[in-house]
Amino acid sequence: MPAFSRGFHGRRDPAVDPSRIPPGQYLTPDFPVLSAGPTPYVATADWSLTIDGAVDAPLTWSWDALLALRSETFTVDIHCVTKWSKLDTTWTGVALDTLLEGVGTEADYVTAWCDGDYTTNVPLDDLRGGRAWIVHTYGGEPLAPEHGGPARLLVPHLYFWKSAKWVRRLTLTIDDEPGFWEAAGYHNYGDPWREQRYWND
Amino acid sequence: MVWRTATVAQVIEESPSARTLVLDVPEWPGHRAGQHVDVRLTAEDGYQAERSYSIASAPESSTLQLTVEVIADGEVSPYLGQEVRAGDRLEVRGPIGGHFSWTVSDGGPLLLVGGGSGLVPLMSMLRHRASQASEVEARLLVSARSQDDLLYRAELGELDPAAGLAVFQTYTRTAPPGWSGWQRRVDASMLAEVDPGPGAHCFVCGPTPFVEGVTHLLVAAGHENHRIHAERFGPTGG
Repeated sequence: MPAFSRGFHGRRDPAVDPSRIPPGQYLTPDFPVLSAGPTPYVATADWSLTIDGAVDAPLTWSWDALLALRSETFTVDIHCVTKWSKLDTTWTGVALDTLLEGVGTEADYVTAWCDGDYTTNVPLDDLRGGRAWIVHTYGGEPLAPEHGGPARLLVPHLYFWKSAKWVRRLTLTIDDEPGFWEAAGYHNYGDPWREQRYWND
Repeated sequence: MVWRTATVAQVIEESPSARTLVLDVPEWPGHRAGQHVDVRLTAEDGYQAERSYSIASAPESSTLQLTVEVIADGEVSPYLGQEVRAGDRLEVRGPIGGHFSWTVSDGGPLLLVGGGSGLVPLMSMLRHRASQASEVEARLLVSARSQDDLLYRAELGELDPAAGLAVFQTYTRTAPPGWSGWQRRVDASMLAEVDPGPGAHCFVCGPTPFVEGVTHLLVAAGHENHRIHAERFGPTGG
């Protein structure tokens, strides 16, 4: 335990269940925007999602084709590496389990490619088992561009930078390839409960 | 990444709502201008709170300086911005963030656009540029609510315009008496006067709506996505 900070008392909300807040995080009622560059604006008519890489055959969905798939509405907590957490966020989208049905692959990893040149890497297993979605709706409204609309990847059990905004392509890879932040000092896996923020955490 | 115990050497009042903490950090590994640190506070009962703050000082500085804007209903910023005094200790780790950073060897021209305390990491870049006696062309546009809210006011006035640097200000709420400059939010025509042109390294930092607006204008003005570095803070405001 480090020396305490003279005169610091902190603010603890008795209404908050501390077991829902990962170490080093604080709750926010806002929805902050963290992006490394400008927000891209892509019309849904020009949007598509592709799964390619080490797969038997690449698959592509148009916007309408994505919406025609079985969708789920679910409520999860999200945790940003910049310290804020937001509880009970409600999203609608398509589970990666649904998108990966019938995809034959030997790959263990995935790189998400996005408009705005952003990339992030995730183990393929973390996208399965009802733990990851392509979401297009937040709180019953179309996902706003600054929050990743028209569609973003959502992997809420990892830090939120893994939930790539403006996702367009998921490339399955045999080897793990660090993405944008992962190559710039941020943890390769990013488990908020183990506070894996940076390299060597 | 390891936590280091920093000692507050000095506190500088920058504006009615912002202070700079001058920190001595043993074995600080150095940083690039524009990067930030994590600060961790520990209450007597062991409760801890962490936040991130941009580094204001140049890499060449012997101390690590953080400028903290007090957020009225914040948990950590009122402590750092009002309670902390010289001799206090707090934990820091870093540097963090390799994308929003610049070094003189990256070259120019530089287009820096800051809203409010978004000036802090941009000031680190200008201080670094001055420390290196760099003559890389640099343009700074600062948007502040009023002159009182403008951080580093005296220092900005002393930066040498002969060395390829131009500083532009706009006041969005109250302009000082006799002010004949801009009194509005950053818009396309204002940016067009400041913009050194295509190929500039653009760094935009400020509240989310400010950064959303400015980066959108930069894209519209023809700047390439990968040259526009953005850092946003605060709520979305919408």
